[in-house]
Amino acid sequence: MTLVDVAERVRPPSPALRALVGVLTLWQRDLLRFWRDRTRITGGLAQPLLFLAIFGAGLSPWMGRLGGATMAPDYVQFIYPGIIGMSVLFSSIFSAVSVVWDREFGFLKELLVAPIPRWSIVVGKALGGSSTSMVQGLLLLVLAPFVGVDLDFRAILLLVPLLFLLAFALSSIGLVIAARMRSTEGFGLVMNFLVTPLLFLSGALYPLNNLPSWLLVLTRIDPVTYGIDAIRRVVLAATGVPQPVIDQLGVTLFGHPLNPLVDAAIVLGLGLVLIVIAARQFERPE
Amino acid sequence: MRHGRQEGQVMTAAIEVRGLVKRYGEVLAVAGIDFSVEHGEFFAFLGPNGAGKTTTISILCTLARPTEGTARVAGYDVVREPQLVRQRIGIIFQDPSLDTQLTAWENLALHARVYGVPSRLWRPRAEELLRLVELWERRHHLVRTFSGGMKRRLELVRGLLHAPDILFLDEPTIGLDPQTRRQIWSHLLTLRRETGVTLFLTTHYLEEAEQCDRVAIIDHGKIIALDAPHALKAQVGKDIVVLSTDDDERAARELRERFGFAPMLVDGTIRIETERGDELIPRLARELTVPIRSASLRRPSLDDVFLALTGRQIRDEEASELDLFRERMRFRR
Repeated sequence: MTLVDVAERVRPPSPALRALVGVLTLWQRDLLRFWRDRTRITGGLAQPLLFLAIFGAGLSPWMGRLGGATMAPDYVQFIYPGIIGMSVLFSSIFSAVSVVWDREFGFLKELLVAPIPRWSIVVGKALGGSSTSMVQGLLLLVLAPFVGVDLDFRAILLLVPLLFLLAFALSSIGLVIAARMRSTEGFGLVMNFLVTPLLFLSGALYPLNNLPSWLLVLTRIDPVTYGIDAIRRVVLAATGVPQPVIDQLGVTLFGHPLNPLVDAAIVLGLGLVLIVIAARQFERPE
Repeated sequence: MRHGRQEGQVMTAAIEVRGLVKRYGEVLAVAGIDFSVEHGEFFAFLGPNGAGKTTTISILCTLARPTEGTARVAGYDVVREPQLVRQRIGIIFQDPSLDTQLTAWENLALHARVYGVPSRLWRPRAEELLRLVELWERRHHLVRTFSGGMKRRLELVRGLLHAPDILFLDEPTIGLDPQTRRQIWSHLLTLRRETGVTLFLTTHYLEEAEQCDRVAIIDHGKIIALDAPHALKAQVGKDIVVLSTDDDERAARELRERFGFAPMLVDGTIRIETERGDELIPRLARELTVPIRSASLRRPSLDDVFLALTGRQIRDEEASELDLFRERMRFRR
């Protein structure tokens, strides 16, 4: 075969197929890079571990059983689902913001001139970030026995989609931010003014009830709140915490306790809105 | 020209640009240009930095929208049919655009997928192209470990992988050392011979533009000359005598008034265009009252064409701050 023959045989695929190929290729690229960079995976475990082992262990003796009842969780059991959510939060935002690296190192240009729709780049990137962040979150499940949490197969099966949805919504937030960022110097700002507030308002570290009303409102705006609430309800239920106690520690919206399904629906809705915003921002020519 | 795809079809130009204007706010980057490039042609945009070369290439590659005018690339309109244009072109940007965390082969695989080239077609082609640019042995190495020249060669392969009609190259040798530049250039000529691809190049290196079929000289967003290099040089036509004297000002005045030349003072030398430089030099040595320190004679270059048209040299701007900065940044990577 000569080099010229190929030209005659390459046929451009249909627009729908092109979009699908764009999504899948970008998705696969993130998985490949994640697998190649295994140090990142272990590094990503360090921070949640510190939170659980030091922060959690330090506060736990002073907190007793949250909710008072004998079957109520201690503080480490309480923040364990929150720390899983935190891990997903960090890795999702930073994997999305890595688009800025792609821009700085030029690779984004190669994608922007490829015959695939721009939104497929954004969606592929979000799915890639969601998958790798979900894996990071799921890795923390191996700590369950050490913090006194019992997870059955059903709970794990529920946690997989829940972590993925939370990661998807957060990756979308990251992409909305990244669309506007032109250099990696903005990373510190993102950390201080986005990730930290999202974490502190999310209920990862304290129950979101009996709060001053301004704080109550802010916590209900944070999408991470619903993700962590869903994870916590599943984890505590599997550990045998009675439902009234779970509801007492869980998030209420307009006076009604939520359940994992409603939480998931809210996270999914937010994720979809955000991904559309991100895609639109990338559609605009530079 | 080996370009079978066009046979039996209506021959349209590879690139056709009419009245193209690009404004960024107040700045007029491209000020109304017209040109066309034939299939299989090797076409260059030559001009100093900031002349509008990169802006034009961005429009042709569908990365920027024109403010006015139309551009057709590979037969498709760049504004109305960008996806079809993208499928038919390959691009090598000024700065590297590879995923350095992946291997050379993975970069090519990713490219082939987004361009919809099936494995049975791109794999043998990638092998052939990689062998041509001498990267076959390194295909499973991470791009992070590649030198600047190797990255460029890999980008050449990638740009040609989906068998584009036209390969765009925006300053492909900028920031590379002279030896690597020559090497890239010879690979480029080989690839062109093997694939029959149309090449559209922007450069501010004269010796690169000299080797193209046709050159458009661009300055302040306008094309000020467009022809084959030898024809452009024939416009200047004459021999060029460059003098250095004890008092260039006085010598220039004397050359104007006594000899009837139009001397130009460039870079601390006097430059004269004349029909017979070989006869002029001994005559000046005898008759000029200002002592001559050195005299040289040469045939006109494209730089002389640019000088004759604009009164400036392209070289003046060659090592601009941006270039130096870029080179430093490249070093840091």
